[in-house]
Amino acid sequence: MRQPLLALLAKEPAHGYELKLALEQTFGQAYPSPNIGQIYVTLKRLEQDGLVRSEDVEQTTRPNKRVYELTAAGHEALRAWVGEPSDGPRIRDEFFIKLILAPMAGLADRMELMSSQRRHYLGIMRNLIELQAEIDPADTAARLLIEGAVLHLQADLDWLERCQEELV
Amino acid sequence: MSRSAPKGLPWPRGGRGGLGEKAALPRGVRGDGSPREKEQGGSGGDSPPEEILRTSKLVKVYRADGVTVEAIRGVDIELSAGEFVAIMGPSGSGKSTLLHVLGGLEPATGGEIWFLGQRVDGLSTAGWAILRRRHVGFVFQFFNLLSNMTVADNVELPALLAGATPRQARKRREELLAELGIAGKAGAAPARLSGGEQQRVALARALANEPSLLLADEPTGNLDSSNTRDVLRLLRRAHAGGQAILMVTHDARVASLADRVINLFDGMVADDARMVPIPRRVNGVGDILELKG
Repeated sequence: MRQPLLALLAKEPAHGYELKLALEQTFGQAYPSPNIGQIYVTLKRLEQDGLVRSEDVEQTTRPNKRVYELTAAGHEALRAWVGEPSDGPRIRDEFFIKLILAPMAGLADRMELMSSQRRHYLGIMRNLIELQAEIDPADTAARLLIEGAVLHLQADLDWLERCQEELV
Repeated sequence: MSRSAPKGLPWPRGGRGGLGEKAALPRGVRGDGSPREKEQGGSGGDSPPEEILRTSKLVKVYRADGVTVEAIRGVDIELSAGEFVAIMGPSGSGKSTLLHVLGGLEPATGGEIWFLGQRVDGLSTAGWAILRRRHVGFVFQFFNLLSNMTVADNVELPALLAGATPRQARKRREELLAELGIAGKAGAAPARLSGGEQQRVALARALANEPSLLLADEPTGNLDSSNTRDVLRLLRRAHAGGQAILMVTHDARVASLADRVINLFDGMVADDARMVPIPRRVNGVGDILELKG
């Protein structure tokens, strides 16, 4: 949450609720709606770290609102974040650990474990395909995220197949 | 189209003798005498869906230069009317071989194949050809369209071979190409089309005779993701219309649409299970993506 907020503030100063709206607008359906409390907490921490500063803006009919803007240190942190390569996805290893350990302890049959895991993956895949058919095609961010999830899931299934080839 | 009963012969055959009557598959001629036969034409409704295909202890062995490979080692599967079954499994597990044997493209070495209540593993090459013409549609990974014929002719040919009049064949072709969104390509040569378009033509050809069974071997294996989505949509629609489908695929997107998934391993069935839907959470894409951890 820290970096996305910094990135939005690099564009223009804003208050908490505006940031929530901007996140929703940018990522459309692709992200869970951000929690406003989480946004305020994050902004407070960013301020403590000297990456943003804030001031109260008086409003006549409502309570004052706190407007945040990026500091020079915030700009620098943001630039560093954008510039460094991001981590690749981590291999989901919980199933793999089950697959290796459970048969050793006589708790399960490997083939059965793999079969039920495959069915589960395919169930998730079906949900993704349905979702893909439902979203607004103009929502590019959502479309690409679903496609990413589909490709990752396909890789998980291919990997499962490799495990089947080697372990059974 | 009904979901609970296989379709009849694709075209009226009145007055058209000679088109392989011996090997054709009029239902019930050499049936196995099971109670199911007697239910045919009965009240329907609660009776179990009719069996399209069944194998028993199916075996396929290749022998060449003194080397023996057991590709299929005792496979028992069955498929009912309207069912969509995906076959998955590592390469070399026998998936494509199984599909080819079930479609009569290669002879079985042992075991039985029953198609619409009739035993067919002993059919001659010609007998298989007639059976396929009337009851089986095939889709392959590399489309296999006839390159020296137009799209329209490719799609009309199976109907004409099965005894349709040119008019019937043209009408069906027009319907299918329109449904698959390629009506404008009827006069084109297959080579002028994109991969996705070619696969849609192949699908139209496979469905031209309203086959009792559609056999598909990696139908999206050679397509990019947007063409895959199109083919997915078409298969879904055919399935919703009651088409029985048996499909070999690595592509989880396609397999996830099936009613049942069979995992083939080392020439044997390692898993054969109905797809159980996973409840969707409510918050849309974000939540689904979180499942990926």
